[in-house]
Formats: sequence, structure tokens, C-alpha cells
Amino acid sequence: MTDAPDHRPTMAGITIVDRMAQAMPVLLVPILLVLGFLAIGNPSSWLTLTVSGLAMGMMIFIMASGLTLVFGLMDVINFGHGAFISVGAFVGISVVLGLSQWAQAPSLVLNLCVVLLAVLAAMVVTGLLGWAFERVIVKPVYGAHLKQILVTVGGLIVIEQLIHVIWGPDEIFFARPETLKGAVTFWGAALEKYRLLAVAIGLVLFIAMRMVFRRTKIGLIVRAGVENGEMVEALGYRLRLVFVGVFIAGSALAGLGGVMWGLYQEVITAGMGEEMMILVFIVVIIGGLGSVEGAFIGALMVGLLQNYIAFLEPKLALISNIGLMTAILMWRPQGMKPVVKAK
Amino acid sequence: MSDPILRLEGVHTDIAQYHILQGVDLEVPRGAVTMLLGRNGVGKTTTLRTAIGHWGTRAGRILFDGEDVTATKTADRARMGIGYVPEDMGIFSDLTVEENMTLAAVSGPLVPARRDWIFGAFPPLRTFWKSPAGTLSGGQKQMLSIARAMAEERRLYLIDEPTKGLAPAIVSTMAGALRELKTQGASILLVEQNFAVAKALGDHAAVMDDGRIVWTGPMSELATDAGLQERLMGLSMEAT
Repeated sequence: MTDAPDHRPTMAGITIVDRMAQAMPVLLVPILLVLGFLAIGNPSSWLTLTVSGLAMGMMIFIMASGLTLVFGLMDVINFGHGAFISVGAFVGISVVLGLSQWAQAPSLVLNLCVVLLAVLAAMVVTGLLGWAFERVIVKPVYGAHLKQILVTVGGLIVIEQLIHVIWGPDEIFFARPETLKGAVTFWGAALEKYRLLAVAIGLVLFIAMRMVFRRTKIGLIVRAGVENGEMVEALGYRLRLVFVGVFIAGSALAGLGGVMWGLYQEVITAGMGEEMMILVFIVVIIGGLGSVEGAFIGALMVGLLQNYIAFLEPKLALISNIGLMTAILMWRPQGMKPVVKAK
Repeated sequence: MSDPILRLEGVHTDIAQYHILQGVDLEVPRGAVTMLLGRNGVGKTTTLRTAIGHWGTRAGRILFDGEDVTATKTADRARMGIGYVPEDMGIFSDLTVEENMTLAAVSGPLVPARRDWIFGAFPPLRTFWKSPAGTLSGGQKQMLSIARAMAEERRLYLIDEPTKGLAPAIVSTMAGALRELKTQGASILLVEQNFAVAKALGDHAAVMDDGRIVWTGPMSELATDAGLQERLMGLSMEAT
């Protein structure tokens, strides 16, 4: 082959200020942990609140990760995402109630089996529901934001009413599996066992998602598709099929989040998903549209801040998340780690 | 012209309420470089985007290697062997150079010999293989954009203004890479505003005006006829 003409590649050096700006979103969580510690003063209280905040953040992240990808990939605003959270919770908790003997047995293995079966059932049902939702409700309104909002809100209402039809109109109270009740004491702090489990599941899920996105071709296609779907198609990938897969996975994750949130609250209602959507949207917006890592950081910040503020100044807890979103958007109007430019 | 690799027959394309392509008839010969020339806004980019399938046609037919692909989706046209380099480069900034290239190898892993060949044409890509594509300079991004189209052998390359806004040294790197593709017998439809590059690379030329092809012929004829250039494109370029 012919020699390429002489060209000496150079790359402008990245200044320390630029590096700090890039790393700042990741540093916000440790900064918040330190500020929380300084403000609370008592190490054991801080540790209890931190674990509680991380658990809450992980569960919100699980619910939000699918939504941010759906928005990033196909520019679809899905208000119906909350329905998958509710359906997941009802299906999962039905499994827990159906296997009450296993759930009440003082056996960690049996209890974890119950949780695992509940999670699997919820994810399968919400995954299938997500597939039907995309085909019937979302597909006809691609590219039309106003219609998307109207029909997905309509879908949410219909599914909530179906929950009332199937499980009845009342809220359902229940107890967690036996060995997940109570707390362990560590460093003078009471750490709820279930919250530790939630943190572990959230972390495992985040690491698994990162590996899929970084190490597999389907992950590359999704990341590239969020940034420039047209170009992904021009390379030879049918993005619509990828999107359907992501929609199903996102719905299943919402179902998982619903089960975990239900077990956390020990009560489920048809409207619980709709209520969670406020936090989920805050996380998606401050994380940056289309960014799973941004959603992860945002969810942890929302969880931690809400717990710290509720302890320090309970009246302010109601507005802490809106305040956080305002501050983040004033600093970075497109969120912390935007992949999709504002449309 | 017999058996062209790409043929557009009376293609009309609308973008929103605008009627951009108004009956484009174009043949791209096999194993040659066809320059698509014309003033700004005459429909060159729309022609390429219509050929790859980003814009649908209102009327007319698109034949790729004799097969009617007018209703074929973009991804399927790409898998049939059409490589596309858009005007805005279409780089995935969040992905590394390596990940961009991995994605471009649709039918399997990037073949090492092919990768080394690309490194020969575009040495900076080797240097920045593990760097995020968003941190590359404009010229390096353009190299990556073309390299991506070259990641696998294609039956046709659609390349939109590869030298736009680039420094002279990088323009010659681009020209060298395209010349290399040409010597390998690739079929290329190239939109290019740099007439020196067009003259050096082109075998055939098609000139557009107002959404139609108004002249086709050998590039050498257009390159040597200043009057023809002025009549077709509005200004006389360096005729030799």
C-alpha cells in the first residue's frame, strides 16, 4: 500500500481544571458522604443513614436505568414506566405471600429463594408487559413527544386499574422474609439487613450493566445508539430491534425495582410506581439523558441527601430532591453525564 | 454505461415540506470513483442520504447491484455492502477509537490485517486506539469516520465531503487513503468541494443543480474545461 503522507498526531493536553470538571460528578457522592458526616457528627447515626440512603438510591437506580436508556435510544418519554414498577411489586409480593411458609421459615437459604423467585416472576411478567406496551402503545407514536406523554399516561392509568381488578383496590401489607427482618449492629450503628441486601443487589446490577456496556457488542450498540442512532443503522444494525430489547430489559428492571421497593416498604399499592416516577425522573434528568452512570450517581445522591436532610431538618426533606435537581441543572443544564444532547 | 453498482432512477426526496431531490438520475460505475459535484444546497448530501436510506423517496427507484433497494431499510442496505461516511462524520464520541472500529466490523471481529492496513492509511488511529473518540481533533475524527467505513470490504462507499474544514496535511492523508481504496478497485460515490482532490481522485463526475443531475461525464473533461465548470458550478476553478 502507498505510504501515508507525513502527519504527526498531537492531542491538546487536558488541564487540571478540565480533569476536575470531568471527574466532578463522580466525586459528588464522596463529597456528599463527607458533608453528611460533618453535619451529623455522630458516626453511628451517619452510618445508619448512609446505608439507608445507599439502599434507597440503589433501588431508584434500578428503576431509572431502563427509563434513561429508553429515552436516550429512541427519544421516547415513557410515563408508563411507573406501571411496570407497580406490576412488578404486585407479582413479586404475590409470590412471597404464596410461599409464606418458606418466607416465615428462619432459614436464610429458603428466604433468599423466595426473594429470588419473586424477583424472577416480577421480571418475566414486567418484561412481557413491556414488550406488549412497546408494540401496542409506544410504537405508533415514535417521534411525537406530546402523543407519547398522553398515551403512556393513559397506559399507566389502564394498568393501575387492572391491578385493582386483579388484586383488589386496597393496599396490601405484608412482612419481609424472616431472616431479612431486623438489623445487624456494626460500629455502634444499627444496619437493617434488608437495606444491606438492597445495596448489594444494586451494586452487582450496576457492575453487571457496566460490563455489558463496555465488554459486549450489544452494549456498544446501545451506547452508540444513544449517541447517534442514525449512524448505528448506517453501519448495519437494526436499532429498532435493539430498542425493543432495551425496552423489555428496562421494564423488567422496573419490575425488579418494584419488588425491592415493596419489600423495603412492606406495603404495596397500585399507585406506588406512579409515586416513584417523580424520583425516577429527577434521577434521569440530573444524571443526564441516556446515561446509566449518570443515573447511578444521581440515584445515590438523591437517596443520601433525602436521608441526611430528613435527619437534620425534617421539614426540608420534602424539597431536598427538587433543590438538588435545581442546583445540578444550574451547574450543568444537560445533567451530570449527558449522552444525548438536549432535544 | 453497463451494469453500474448503484443506479438512481428519477428519485424524488422530500425533507419536511421541502422538495429537495427533483428527479435524480445517476449511475455509479463499478470499480471507479464518481465525484458528485455542485454548489451548496443543490442536493448532494440528500442524494447520499437517500442512497443509504436515511431519507425515503417520494418517487423513483434505487438499484444497488441490480437489486431494487428503494424500500430496503438503512441497516439492510449497509449489510448488503454499502459503507457510508456522513458529512458530520457520525463519530461516537463516548466510545474509544477501538470501540468505534469494533462496531464498524458488522460481520465479526475486526480482522487484524485489515486493522493494520487502516493504521497504515491513518497512523493517528494507532496512536489514539484506546482514547475516547470525542477527544480526537477534527482531522483525526474524519480519519476515524472513513476508517470505520473501511473496517470491512464494501461493495460501494458513499463519502460526503471528507476533506471539509481540514488542514492541508490532513487533506493529503485523506486523499492518500481514498487513492488506496481506489487502487483496490473500490466503487466510490464521493461528494467533494475541494476541486483539486476531486480532480486527482475522480474517474467520473456528476454535477447537480436544483435537485437534479445536470451533467455527467469523465472527470478529466470537467477538470480541463473552465467554461464548463463556470456554467455548471458558477465559478471557474483551476482548469488545467
